[in-house]
Amino acid sequence: MPKILDQRRLVPNLHLLEVHAPEVARKCRPGQFVIIMPDERGERIPLSIADWDVERGSVTAVFLVVGTSTRKLAALKAGNEVPVFVGPLGRPSEIASFGTVVLAAGCFGIGALWPTARALKAAGNKVIAVIDAKADYLVYWKDRYQSVCDRVLFSSRDHALASKDFIPRPLEDTLKAEAPVARVIAVGCTYLMYACAQATKPLGIKTIVSLNPIMVDGTGMCGACRCTAAGKTKFACVDGPDFDAHEVDWEELFIRRKSYFDDEVRSLCRYEETELP
Amino acid sequence: MAEEKKELAPELKEKLRAEFEKDWRKDLRKAVPPKDRMKQVRQKMPERPAGERNKDFKEVNLGLTQDMAQAEARRCLDCANPQCIAGCPVAIDIPSFVKLIERGEFLAAAWKLKETNSLPAICGRVCPQETQCEELCAMKKASGVPVAIGNLERFASDFERLSGSINIPPLLPPTGKKVAVIGAGPAGLTVAGDLAKLGHKVTVFEALHESGGVLIYGIPEFRLPKAILKAEVDYLRRLGVDIRTSFVVGMTATIDDLRNDGYEAFFIGSGAGLPNFMKIPGENLVGVYSANEYLTRVNLMRAYAFPAYDTPVFQAKTAAVIGGGNVAMDSVRTAKRLGAERAVIVYRRSRTEMPARTEEIHHAEEEGIEFQLLTTPIRYFGDNYGHLRAMECQKMGLGEPDASGRRRPVPIEGSEYTIEVDLAVCAIGQSPNPLIPQTTPGLKMGKWANVEVDWATMATSLPGVYAGGDIIRGGATVILAMGDARVAAAQIDKYLRR
Ligand SMILES: Cc1cc2nc3c(=O)[nH]c(=O)nc-3n(C[C@H](O)[C@H](O)[C@H](O)COP(=O)(O)OP(=O)(O)OC[C@H]3O[C@@H](n4cnc5c(N)ncnc54)[C@H](O)[C@@H]3O)c2cc1C
Ligand SMILES: Cc1cc2nc3c(=O)[nH]c(=O)nc-3n(C[C@H](O)[C@H](O)[C@H](O)COP(=O)(O)OP(=O)(O)OC[C@H]3O[C@@H](n4cnc5c(N)ncnc54)[C@H](O)[C@@H]3O)c2cc1C
Ligand code: SF4
Ligand code: SF4
Ligand code: FES
Repeated sequence: MPKILDQRRLVPNLHLLEVHAPEVARKCRPGQFVIIMPDERGERIPLSIADWDVERGSVTAVFLVVGTSTRKLAALKAGNEVPVFVGPLGRPSEIASFGTVVLAAGCFGIGALWPTARALKAAGNKVIAVIDAKADYLVYWKDRYQSVCDRVLFSSRDHALASKDFIPRPLEDTLKAEAPVARVIAVGCTYLMYACAQATKPLGIKTIVSLNPIMVDGTGMCGACRCTAAGKTKFACVDGPDFDAHEVDWEELFIRRKSYFDDEVRSLCRYEETELP
Repeated sequence: MAEEKKELAPELKEKLRAEFEKDWRKDLRKAVPPKDRMKQVRQKMPERPAGERNKDFKEVNLGLTQDMAQAEARRCLDCANPQCIAGCPVAIDIPSFVKLIERGEFLAAAWKLKETNSLPAICGRVCPQETQCEELCAMKKASGVPVAIGNLERFASDFERLSGSINIPPLLPPTGKKVAVIGAGPAGLTVAGDLAKLGHKVTVFEALHESGGVLIYGIPEFRLPKAILKAEVDYLRRLGVDIRTSFVVGMTATIDDLRNDGYEAFFIGSGAGLPNFMKIPGENLVGVYSANEYLTRVNLMRAYAFPAYDTPVFQAKTAAVIGGGNVAMDSVRTAKRLGAERAVIVYRRSRTEMPARTEEIHHAEEEGIEFQLLTTPIRYFGDNYGHLRAMECQKMGLGEPDASGRRRPVPIEGSEYTIEVDLAVCAIGQSPNPLIPQTTPGLKMGKWANVEVDWATMATSLPGVYAGGDIIRGGATVILAMGDARVAAAQIDKYLRR
């Protein structure tokens, strides 16, 4: 079974997980994800690939602690094993020489977008990142972004780093200042991606988002992950996870992501009452 | 797209004849005259009471007792020219194994089965016997009631498993050749077993975290207990087969990557896992599942035990399952077991056209499943939260027969009505899994997104790459998948020794 090499808190509620999976590492490309099952009774959950190291044979993800599965992951230690760590899954993000690309990241998306930032820079783009967090101390991997991006902006509600606004405002400002921008790539919680899509739509700038519907197998076999894009039903795990943000039926995605809200709460209560160390 | 029933090969006929002529067979034939055999009634498979079994996931059928099995075996006429064998896609020597049961040699009967069928405990449970071996049985013609070949097959292989004396056949000396099998469904597992016995080094790559394909994620415990599958997979491991789960060929490594890693031959048994939807309004509402998702949550992820297991599944008051095949029956019976007050099959043709096995339809009826036949959903309605609330249906009439020979359903104008449902499961079929074709350049595809093969050899358009089962047929059956696999294994062996 795949072994955990590292599991630690990056900032409150956001953790890094590095897993020994040499075959997966060999094939990783920006924008792909893995499916992990924290223990034998666990759920299969998708996490974006935030980094990989072919020599070390490892794959890294950054996750937000929300419910039972992610709490279970946060309780793992180096040396523990997980029964399932499968990937890389999904279509890789399109990497090409676009010109100027603006990245909009928040939450676990800061990790998830990192391989894309790196690859876009290597492909000769001007790369600008707008990173959003509730507060300054919730920003991680600042140095990584600063090492490859032409410019990195921050927005946080406590206002210390830069803009105090939620991401659409600084994003709009950046798009105006950097015009012409060839594309925007937004990754993070659904609301952040939706808000970015709303901001770029009037400007007519192509915007890519990495959708995160509920999944089971992640290989196109169940249809749990279905989303509507350009009026057509798509399976996010094999047709995505990247989609054109202006084609996504956001309302449906929000609703479908909440499918099991009651069950998740029940599951979490049970976990915290009976299993949490 | 499948090939037709084959004439038995001359070598096989000769082998059968030799068995037929054995003294003990002659003695047994003489011991009971055919007319006495014909007088006996078919043994009824003992099963748990419907009102009890529709509340849990334990197996419905209990299996024949030894006495019952022997009595049933006695019904077989041991025909000189046994037609039953032609009905079995892997040509099991049916009279031999049945007569071994009659004689009380249950282990020998099990080994006889294993000569041609590596998963008899499974086929004995899920084969559509009534349209295969039993359809052609002489007893069916003579008395209207065929010998219960499937039940006997199940009995013998269960006996072997429960006795703990699973026979490991002699393996041929190692050839040093590496074979990659893609998919651990019945097709892949069969190829793996055959090639391991022939001395090749076999690795099975399976995308999910447990082996079995549809047998683990689709067919529920109440029809096929997981322990049986586990025993079969353990057996393959003991033959030296390496099973690598959580490995998605095409993503974790492509066929070309595996070739570079030293694999010389390939078998694609990746199945027909892509669920079809009806593309009607409201299908993406919360509470509308594909049968694959519904069954995977319950079987593979064990959602029936939520929250002890973390994967949830919707608990319905009224569940509607769209379709009339085995997949639909499994889904609707699952919904009932999970506590649905009403569990309804909605099928657009009539009872006679239903593709599900007769036994499953019958069991479903006993368990209180409702059938709304000649009916099709045309739209789903949601509540303010985007959850399924109701389904609009339309009545259908039957028109002229279509390409499949079944009468084509035609909508009846003005017959629309609405039923309140809070769970809908779409079980209208699956298409071949597109991942391998998409990631394997040069692999020739057929009309239905299936991998194309030469039916005589199961060879695909790529050298050293063979395929079988649902990936070439679309949704078919376990035994057809295994039949393909046996042909492919023999050809792969030939290819590796060329
Ligand atoms: C392609 C993809 C990439 C993702 N990448 C990341 C990532 O890099 N980091 C990260 O923190 N999160 C990521 N997510 C979201 C992550 O999968 C969920 O946060 C996680 O499953 C929550 O599980 P839980 O049991 O802890 O929480 P729960 O309490 O079970 O659920 C909390 C919320 O998470 C979502 N969720 C629940 N189960 C699943 C599931 N099986 N599949 C997908 N979503 C589910 C639902 O919207 C739910 O409301 C990604 C999702 C997808 C589809
Ligand atoms: C609910 C249900 C009930 C059924 N009931 C019956 C019945 O009663 N009787 C009967 O005879 N038939 C029945 N069938 C049909 C029967 O199960 C199938 O015909 C049979 O399983 C096909 O076998 P297979 O090996 O070709 O494919 P599958 O059983 O589908 O196995 C394919 C395997 O390949 C894996 N895979 C796919 N892609 C990849 C990849 N890229 N890399 C690695 N692995 C991969 C899949 O995860 C899967 O495990 C039923 C089917 C279903 C869904
Ligand atoms: S494998 Fe199926 S078709 Fe063949 S003898 Fe057994 S039940 Fe009949
Ligand atoms: S056809 Fe029927 S009676 Fe004849 S050998 Fe086969 S099982 Fe026995
Ligand atoms: S997660 Fe099952 S099809 Fe996408």
